Amino acid sequence: MHSIDEDRLEDWVDLFAEDCVYKILSRENFDSGLPLELMSCYGKAMLDDRILSLREANLYNIHWDRHILGGIEVLGIEEDNWLIKANYTLYQTTNKGDSELFSVGSYHDKIVSVDGVLKFKEKIVIVDTFAVIRLLSTPI
Amino acid sequence: MDISTQLEWPSTDFSRVPFGAYHDEDIYTAEQEKIFRGNTWNYLILEAEIPNVGDYVTTIVGDTPVLVNRQDDGTIAAFVNRCMHRGAQLKRDCRGNAQMHTCVYHQWSYDLSGQLRAIPFARGHKGQGGVPEEFDMKDIHLTAMKVDTYKGLVFGTFGSSTEPLIEYLGDSVCTEIDRVFNRPVRILGYQRQRILGNWKLYNDNVRDPNHGALLHKFHATFGLYRPTQTGGVKMDKYFRHNISYSSMGTSDEKEDAEAFAATEKVFDQGFRLKDPSMLAYEKEYPDDISLVILSVFPNLVVQQITNSLCTRQIQTRGPNELELYWTYFGYADDDEEMTRHRLNQANLVGPGGLISMEDGEAVELVHRAVRREQSEHAIVEIGGIGEISDQEFLVTETPIRGFWSYYYQLMGPS
Repeated sequence: MHSIDEDRLEDWVDLFAEDCVYKILSRENFDSGLPLELMSCYGKAMLDDRILSLREANLYNIHWDRHILGGIEVLGIEEDNWLIKANYTLYQTTNKGDSELFSVGSYHDKIVSVDGVLKFKEKIVIVDTFAVIRLLSTPI
Repeated sequence: MDISTQLEWPSTDFSRVPFGAYHDEDIYTAEQEKIFRGNTWNYLILEAEIPNVGDYVTTIVGDTPVLVNRQDDGTIAAFVNRCMHRGAQLKRDCRGNAQMHTCVYHQWSYDLSGQLRAIPFARGHKGQGGVPEEFDMKDIHLTAMKVDTYKGLVFGTFGSSTEPLIEYLGDSVCTEIDRVFNRPVRILGYQRQRILGNWKLYNDNVRDPNHGALLHKFHATFGLYRPTQTGGVKMDKYFRHNISYSSMGTSDEKEDAEAFAATEKVFDQGFRLKDPSMLAYEKEYPDDISLVILSVFPNLVVQQITNSLCTRQIQTRGPNELELYWTYFGYADDDEEMTRHRLNQANLVGPGGLISMEDGEAVELVHRAVRREQSEHAIVEIGGIGEISDQEFLVTETPIRGFWSYYYQLMGPS
């Protein structure tokens, strides 16, 4: 999460395997079994596109992110994937120094070793705060 | 409350909109009466959300919580979501299925037509207590909205003299709804976006084709939308509703580059996606139109952006906040590939939309800056001044003047 908070978004993308999935799902859709995501990237190319768009195309509220993780739990191993669960809180701070809670929820990750380096094969973010404040730009 | 005296309206063509309209608490209160509880049709839900008898959804019209259900006879009813006893919110969950709606406070139970059917201990206990002799449950009914549907869109009105829905929508809007809602739809999911700005600022935003490629650089860069394309705006006879439409691939790249030359970093011909699959348009209508933003006064936007389809319900949360409630859908006969494509394209829109995220920021920027500018005005002249009429070009914000001309009719001198 430091890579997002420190505006090293490109480093964040490198934490993912080539054939990866990154999805942000609202808790209401997840609980109802509805497929619509808030953000979905299938494959590292789509992650690259998201970050490039943030850097070059999109306009969004000026802010810094700060993630706080907790309740990290290793659920087990499935084939070669480590299954990890964690809670997150994400605060956004404006350029006037106002911090507000932007989002709270949970991560459901599959981590795999690629040539000896740990990478995210899958990161599914389930957002409790699905009444998204303002807009969703930098990844959660 | 009469906004013609409360605020200054220097131009009869509404090319000057007073900023005071966005922040004033008294005006907000009056809007709840005259607009949301007045002679307007407010979008509630899609019929596809309540397919079976007993299915219900809770929603909101302005500040008024509303319960919508499918009755025993298959028709749809909508009520204020309030128990008639002492005013508790009747239904707390977002959606579900029930034969009766029972209030958690004192267990008063209503059927799907809103009729009160049961009160526990109505006759007291051992001859003492309970309801008085004159009390008749048949007299008690949830406060109903008049409901009507058009092609699967469900609307409700509190007004006693609202014109029929078909007339309220008008020919252009009905034609556009016919186009998108040409066959049964399937719900893909919901999104919610809380924007700290006045609900009318969002209505301005969706009636403004001019900003489309200037604020949303993603649009311009990938040619999904450019104001140099074939397109225009079409309104109803009162200019309260608007259809902005355009067609991809109808502008010239070289001309576009020249046209955008004066803008700051808006059009970048060198910018390429590594995975451009979300830009693909699988044509599914008999015309070449690839983008439609249809706004129905006061609270609905229907969107077609290539293959991404949704409704956006505008909810008011005081003068300083709005919620957009997005309902995405596909067609019931979409195959898995098409469904996946629509979900992929959802990346373009919604609160995290590669195209639309900017709107959240833009609305807030205006709301913040005009707080103490009550007697100043927005200049709304792009696209022309004077007469308000349909146009076949996109460098315009004329539909905004249309919105305010109708708003003035509802909120001004009676």
